[in-house]
Amino acid sequence: MTVFNARPMNRRDVLKIGVAASAVPLLGSRAFAQKAKVKAAFVMIGTPDDNGWNFGHDTGRKYMLDKLGADKVETTVVTNVAEGPDSERVFRELAQQGNDIIFGTSFGFGTYMEKVAKQFPDVKFEWATGYETMPNLSIYNAKFHEGRAVIGTIAGMMSKSGIGAYIGSFPIPEVFMGANAFHLAARKKNPNFVTKVVYVDSWFDPPKEADAARALIDQGVDVITQHTDGPAALQVLEEAIKQGKPVIGGFGQGADMSAFAPEAHLTAIIDNWGPYYTKAVGSVLDGTWVSSSFWGGIKDGEVVIGPYNKKIPADVVAEADRVKAGIADGSIHPFAGPIVDTTGKVRAAEGDIIDDGEFWAAEAWYAEGMQA
Amino acid sequence: MNTDLIIAMVITLVGASTPILIAALGELVVEKSGVLNLGLEGMMLTGAVVGFAVTYTTGSPWLGVAAAALAGVLVSMIFAILTLTLSSNQVATGLALTIFGTGFSALFGQPFTGKPIELFRSVFPPELAMHPVLKVIFGYSPLVYFSLAMVVAVWWFLHRTRAGLILRAVGESDISAHSIGYPVIGVRYLAVAFGGAMAGIAGSCFPLILTPQWVERLTSGRGWIALALVVFSAWRPFRLLAGAYLFGLIATMELYAKAAGGSFRILPSELWASLPYLATILVLVLISLRSKGSTGAPACLGRPFTPMN
Repeated sequence: MTVFNARPMNRRDVLKIGVAASAVPLLGSRAFAQKAKVKAAFVMIGTPDDNGWNFGHDTGRKYMLDKLGADKVETTVVTNVAEGPDSERVFRELAQQGNDIIFGTSFGFGTYMEKVAKQFPDVKFEWATGYETMPNLSIYNAKFHEGRAVIGTIAGMMSKSGIGAYIGSFPIPEVFMGANAFHLAARKKNPNFVTKVVYVDSWFDPPKEADAARALIDQGVDVITQHTDGPAALQVLEEAIKQGKPVIGGFGQGADMSAFAPEAHLTAIIDNWGPYYTKAVGSVLDGTWVSSSFWGGIKDGEVVIGPYNKKIPADVVAEADRVKAGIADGSIHPFAGPIVDTTGKVRAAEGDIIDDGEFWAAEAWYAEGMQA
Repeated sequence: MNTDLIIAMVITLVGASTPILIAALGELVVEKSGVLNLGLEGMMLTGAVVGFAVTYTTGSPWLGVAAAALAGVLVSMIFAILTLTLSSNQVATGLALTIFGTGFSALFGQPFTGKPIELFRSVFPPELAMHPVLKVIFGYSPLVYFSLAMVVAVWWFLHRTRAGLILRAVGESDISAHSIGYPVIGVRYLAVAFGGAMAGIAGSCFPLILTPQWVERLTSGRGWIALALVVFSAWRPFRLLAGAYLFGLIATMELYAKAAGGSFRILPSELWASLPYLATILVLVLISLRSKGSTGAPACLGRPFTPMN
């Protein structure tokens, strides 16, 4: 027991160990206090009306409320919280206000959640897209790259110019992983497919996202997918179609965005956080919450492909569905070898796969044929 | 690089520069009268949401722009009453106005999120506006021509009219202007109202020519760039035009260079993003070297004026 830490144990430590020891054999057997009503809080980097990332989380929250019942759960949503020191204050205040479980729905909240989680050991914290857990901090994420593989298949088959683009926010693992998945899937259909990766250095700057899309279309790109939080790029594609430019379209990110671009919107990768939120809050309700790490994908219904645009030919739809089903049953992997990167280094040999988790420790790299 | 690409770049560049130019022109006049209104971003957001809402409801972008200008004036009057009549601190009040505008636009805009509108397109006949080459002259939204006309108008007003002279006098020496009988506070009210109208119109450029949607914080900090540009231009309209287009060029070049990939990626993107600000600092240093400490700022900028008699 002394391995816990170097300082001499005090009464509180003894008490903690005692509680932990008595709880261990009872784990999962409803030994923890059941709650009549759970207070859950959601901290968001933007607002639910971005029609993208935050919208997805808020839809998940509503789904959870609906499933568990408003008499069982009370939710608080704090919007427009910057990923910086001020978020620590927000998390602390929410913990002080008696919230039982607090969801931080953006990567950059992590450091600050960890600090506050240490100070409030009885409050459960949930860090979206995070990478490390604590006894009272879980992480959860979605395998967006599985969705990217499906839309990459569509892009590879439909692009006339053979040049697609990926408008990203920052070169973090989640983003370059998605870009690689998109490109590799497109290359399976068109071996000469080129993907231009452009970072706009923001999760949310609609004018800049739109200008990036214009710059890409002007340089021969006819399919664009974006890894930012809004539909700006899709609107530029829609406008380009109206002007008779030879573009095919783009994809919604986080949510169905077809209202913004009925012609250009081919399909969407929809984040479906509802089932996870229901499970997490439900486990606080019945006292079975334990720190965990969850990374759901197409199989778990956490990543959903939206309805296909009518203009997508039937054979492309069939192929996209085949890839989707293959990913769900495990017969297709987005990062199946052979994969060579832009420097000529072999990332995965024939027959090998790159495990999804490996990207989190990696420096950004791009598969052959990508321009970043 | 071919001609088509250059034309396309110019069109993107002009679009990116226009809202900043319009907002900065308004702020230039405000500052020339001796008032520093840091609420530009808030007034732009108000203009953006009102412009969107009216265009969405009426279907007329012209009405949208007019309503955005009016909304800008109304919001700027809050600032004017606080700083000019009640002599509150202009910096603090301006910042408060930005926070207010951000919150107000978010609240007011809630029913309008997720709704698309049509862009405010060129009014020239399609033979000109859609022509592969001539579109570089005729293919823009009326707001673009408005912004260019206003550069000339503001210059002419400030430097060629009596009213402009009075406005500059008020900004350079409020006490002297007051003592020879000019209504300092009245002039500043009008200047702030003009700045508000221009900021409102600048805001309406975002949903009408850049990205036809309303979302919270749509302007993404462009108001601050406009404020920096006024300093960059040393309070001169034509230099402001050059500055706004230089900013647009840098912002557009960044994206085109990235999209081209390969050897076109000259600078890291973080550096591209900070170039406008670096350029502002550089220009400030150059100006102060040349004119021995004076940046060309109106002497009474930011100072509250309380008439003694």
